[in-house]
Amino acid sequence: MLYSRIRKDEKLLLGELRERGHDVEKIDVRKERFGLDSTTAAVDDLDLVVDRCLSTSRSLYATRFLDSYGVPVVNGPETGDVCADKAKNSLALAEADVPTPATEVAFTTEAALEAIESFGYPCVLKPVTGSWGRLMAKIDSRNAAEAILEHKETLGHYEHKVFYVQEFVDKPGRDVRVLAVDGEPIAAMTRSSEHWLTNAAKGGETAPFELDDRATELVERASEAVGGGMLGVDLMEVGVEADGDPAETGGSGEYTVHEVNHTVEFKALDAATDVDVPARVVDWLEAKAADLADGAVAEVDA
Amino acid sequence: MTSDTDTLTAEDPITGEEIEIPADVEVGEIIDSPVTGTELEVISLDPVVLDEAPELEEDWGE
Repeated sequence: MLYSRIRKDEKLLLGELRERGHDVEKIDVRKERFGLDSTTAAVDDLDLVVDRCLSTSRSLYATRFLDSYGVPVVNGPETGDVCADKAKNSLALAEADVPTPATEVAFTTEAALEAIESFGYPCVLKPVTGSWGRLMAKIDSRNAAEAILEHKETLGHYEHKVFYVQEFVDKPGRDVRVLAVDGEPIAAMTRSSEHWLTNAAKGGETAPFELDDRATELVERASEAVGGGMLGVDLMEVGVEADGDPAETGGSGEYTVHEVNHTVEFKALDAATDVDVPARVVDWLEAKAADLADGAVAEVDA
Repeated sequence: MTSDTDTLTAEDPITGEEIEIPADVEVGEIIDSPVTGTELEVISLDPVVLDEAPELEEDWGE
């Protein structure tokens, strides 16, 4: 397991793996070096590497290097590359005809302001990288837009000068997080808040959610669009009255997928649902490792 | 350094006080100091060594 910080999620996974008798190698990426053809990390005899790096940059580079050495790693670097960048994420979803909020990217404050004005107010400005709802801005007026853009231009890292502007989806006070493995949902929950950001990391309240056929289909397609793996697919219900309670009305059965996360946290899902999430994840890892072993045997036989 | 089957004792790197931490901690795990609430990282288990956990960085997340 690649890591730089053992969160409750990693602890749950480690516990499940060891309980099943697996010999687990923990690799703290902060201590390793990655050369063009080898690494100091002990990866030679591993059946499968699970990337659980908290840092996106470390995750992307470490998985890319391991993949280059031929070490099997989930999620693979291609999936990480798409999911770590909101612009690439949106493009991948759109290219696969998965409904996703209308989005524009602009590179100057002037062009960003034009994008914002074309969406109208409110709309949303997000950093292209980042997580947990940080540095998201719901823009309610031109004055606010000008101020936020000036701040980003003056203070921001160069990535903050890639302005990712998105329509504001008037969701019914909640969104849906689905943990899926290669497109198959393991568990789903809603995250509710009176604040427009409903992330569990922002204190959104969680509750189990029963996926309908449409949501299940979209999760499968969204997973495929970004290259598969263990993913956190985030959906918003659309076509529901803004003050309606979809828990009572049954919702509209239509969704938009706003994001797919590649180093998904699942402790909130594990707590919110009856599903033994780490057990299901380890089931999937075991199946992956078995497939890889079968593939290696077939290659030798050939 | 084991005080009983459920906890370990270790030195809080900030205050220098002896603190109790769960016995099943992992190297790399982040725990909250029971004294200051500060996030501490488990550096090693034998002996148990704690250090102040790294500050949140911009690219952290899922």
